[in-house]
Amino acid sequence: MTDYTLAQLSNYSVYSAMVVLTLAMLAYALYLARIAPERSERTAEVRERELVPAGAGAEKSASGLDAPPPGPGAGAGESPGVRAAGVDVPEPLGARKAGGVGRTLTMLGTLLVVAGVVLRALEVHRWPLGNMYEFALVGAMFTLVLFTAWSARRDLRWLGLFVVGPVLLVLGAAITVWYTDASELMPSLRSYWLAIHVTVATMTVAVFTIGASLGILYLIQDRLETSGSPRAAFMRRLPSARGLERLTYAAHVVAFPMWSFTLIAGAIWARQAWGSYWNWDPKEVWTFVIWVVYAAYLHARATTGWKRQNATWIALAGFVCVLMNFAVVNMYFVGQHSYSGL
Amino acid sequence: MSTVRDERALSTQPVPEGGGGGGRHDGSVTLPSLGPVGWLRYAWRQLTSMRTALFLLLLLAVAAIPGSTFPQRSIDAARTTQWITDHPTAGPLLDRLGFFEVYAAPWFAAIYLLLFVSLIGCVAPRSRIHWHQVRSTPPRAPRRLERLPAHQEVTVDGTPDEVRDRMRARLRGRRYRVHAHDDSTLSAEKGYLKESGNLVFHLSLIAVLVGVAWGHLLGWKGDVILPVGQTFANTLSRYDTFSPGPWVDPTDLEPYTIRLDRMDVQFETQDKGRGQFGMPRDFRAFTTLTDASGHSEPREIAVNHPLETGGGTVFLLGNGYAPHITVRDAEGTVIYSDATPFLPQDNNYTSVGAVKVPGAQPDGLGFAGFFLPTGVIDEQRGPHSIFPGPADPQLALTAFEGTLFPDGAPQSVYTLNTSAMTPLPGKDGEGQLRILLRPGQTFDLPDGRGSITFDGVERFAGLSVRTDPGKTLTLVASLLALAGLILSLVVRRRRVFVRVRPAPEDGRTVVSVGGLAKDDDEGMDDEIAAVLTAPEGSR
Ligand code: HEM
Repeated sequence: MTDYTLAQLSNYSVYSAMVVLTLAMLAYALYLARIAPERSERTAEVRERELVPAGAGAEKSASGLDAPPPGPGAGAGESPGVRAAGVDVPEPLGARKAGGVGRTLTMLGTLLVVAGVVLRALEVHRWPLGNMYEFALVGAMFTLVLFTAWSARRDLRWLGLFVVGPVLLVLGAAITVWYTDASELMPSLRSYWLAIHVTVATMTVAVFTIGASLGILYLIQDRLETSGSPRAAFMRRLPSARGLERLTYAAHVVAFPMWSFTLIAGAIWARQAWGSYWNWDPKEVWTFVIWVVYAAYLHARATTGWKRQNATWIALAGFVCVLMNFAVVNMYFVGQHSYSGL
Repeated sequence: MSTVRDERALSTQPVPEGGGGGGRHDGSVTLPSLGPVGWLRYAWRQLTSMRTALFLLLLLAVAAIPGSTFPQRSIDAARTTQWITDHPTAGPLLDRLGFFEVYAAPWFAAIYLLLFVSLIGCVAPRSRIHWHQVRSTPPRAPRRLERLPAHQEVTVDGTPDEVRDRMRARLRGRRYRVHAHDDSTLSAEKGYLKESGNLVFHLSLIAVLVGVAWGHLLGWKGDVILPVGQTFANTLSRYDTFSPGPWVDPTDLEPYTIRLDRMDVQFETQDKGRGQFGMPRDFRAFTTLTDASGHSEPREIAVNHPLETGGGTVFLLGNGYAPHITVRDAEGTVIYSDATPFLPQDNNYTSVGAVKVPGAQPDGLGFAGFFLPTGVIDEQRGPHSIFPGPADPQLALTAFEGTLFPDGAPQSVYTLNTSAMTPLPGKDGEGQLRILLRPGQTFDLPDGRGSITFDGVERFAGLSVRTDPGKTLTLVASLLALAGLILSLVVRRRRVFVRVRPAPEDGRTVVSVGGLAKDDDEGMDDEIAAVLTAPEGSR
């Protein structure tokens, strides 16, 4: 019937989104490759890098600060020279074009994924969050929507590759490994708490994903900055390590309360559906573990004497747990959350 | 000098961390001249330091994981036993270490209790300090504002006093608390809610734990299987299983009854997708609730829609079939007649159960076997059901004779203890007697033992009655924690200092503004610029 057509349309939409996003990813990669400064600029950057310590020293003696220097990474990273190298030199035309194409294609891909989700929802007459395929699809959608919305507020072309890439990976896995035909839900899933709890959870995972991408970029940038070894051209165009660290933290500051809410909403729903708000079901265990690990990240970041790099590693460990929770716990652990539909 | 250092930190730490922190105090504290009290104090400081809290948090995360990888006794006892049997070396060892009851294990409790001790030890002094800070005035401006992380200096029109008043108004407009320690400076601070939020968050975590413990001590749960047409009374003896918290008096339950009038169960019948055929779609129990005063009213219980009774919440957690079975003796006198619940074993409700007839003559009779809502019996898989709905209900039983309750010990109603029984022989004395019945059919037992009839099939509801007096506290505390968390992450704590001095030109004033924030605060420079340029009273 028509329902069948809707499901088909949804799948076509997702497939076309994947094609478009692949192109977007290539465009973003090209953007990063093209923003390598010209040779003369490159020598300028070397000079700047040599100037940095002197500049930083001068700054310090000028202000007469003899307070202990902030811990490594806690702020030493950002010196005016490095920042200038990243922002002030005008972008080559090729890079600008590639970046623009990447942005446009990402928006188009986002629309197609949204369409895929909406069509699927129309097909099943319910909130499209009932099995792993749908979680992955909606998670990818939120990641793209979030990234697109954020891009509208600041220049994030440098991040495009590192968001669109993972999203493509997830979409690919979703449609090949986790694909489930559209179907109704089992009784315990029929609740408006599904819409609340699972939607927020999926949204949070989207934020965590962007946070993890930023965290990895920060760690790489930081290593490059402190080692002083020549950086791949595009890394010089990214924000400084300090800036990346701040963005990483910002993403997690948004995500952590959302995850806390997910945990609370899940507990309320568990009481409705299973009679007890906490059952130490594997999925609950992992939701809790993720919460504790990210709490440890925020905690570590505020702890004196803890390096930002190490704190970021904790955040990445948290993301590994998020991945575990989705891919492994859903499929292999026995519990009441066995809704994967596989 | 030292002012600047303190200002820089904008510290909310109550005690300098011995041995930890910025490492400035390292070495001086660890020397062996501490004495017992000193050591205690040292240990306490270590325990209540943020690094210990961090370590314990990570440890808690790691310790929670085995509970998801190993079967847990409290959740699935059968699977746990099976796992231990399957792993004869690792099984018993892990069992002794508590890996099958992780969340009740002493080492797990040790971690979270230490964490909460640390939390209290940390939050109590912080709360006191914060209380004082909120009621006190912002500190005196440091002598050299240009040393602060953010600083600007401009020359403006007006006398120093006028300019200072203008700055005060602006700061107030931006919701700073402003205080003048002398004639030429202003000290301003805002964002106290950050620390308040942080404290509320941590204190609420304690309340969450208290709520959980309260529910554990004073809550109870009981499960009962109730066939359609039968009535359940909320008394201890009526429950199939009952687990009270340590402080519960199980003889003091609210008296009410629930009659199960009808059960509505729906399964997927249109094969729409991989593995979807026969999946459950809707469970609904129509009941009559009669409270202690005798007042009755119809109430519906469904998955996700429990029934609040005032004496516990009733959840519909399971369902299945209770074939009505009648056993007669040789004279045709009924010696057993009941709707007998069989427990579903798989998604198609292949169910197992037993019929026990101790009153049979000359010896007790027992039947054990399967109920199949849509039965198929094949050589390989034995009797099983291929659809959960009752399309072709069948009873497949074997019969035993002998002593049903050999040691007088209580036993499960769903299994037969055959240790003191012998199977009835099959036709011609070969093998074992196999009985297959469809509704309405009767089977005559051999040698004048009477007969067994499958009258028809009813559904049963698996009800679970639970109380948790701690849940409201837990919920409220969790929401408070969330609110506190958001405050502490969103609000920015900032201090701004202003100093005015006459400029060389007449009627002009040099105003110097320095700012200091907790953590690194990108917006501090903008904030100062705004304070310097914003019109009075605006934000
Ligand atoms: C139950 C375990 C705990 C959890 C889940 C937890 C979680 C958190 C989180 C998520 C934050 C970040 C919020 C913010 O930055 O304001 C935080 C901050 C903080 N926590 Fe904890 N915490 C726990 C235990 C502790 C303990 C035991 C201490 C004391 C030793 C402590 C002291 C602090 C302090 C001082 C901050 C504020 C850091 C700052 O912003 O200056 N926490 N905690």
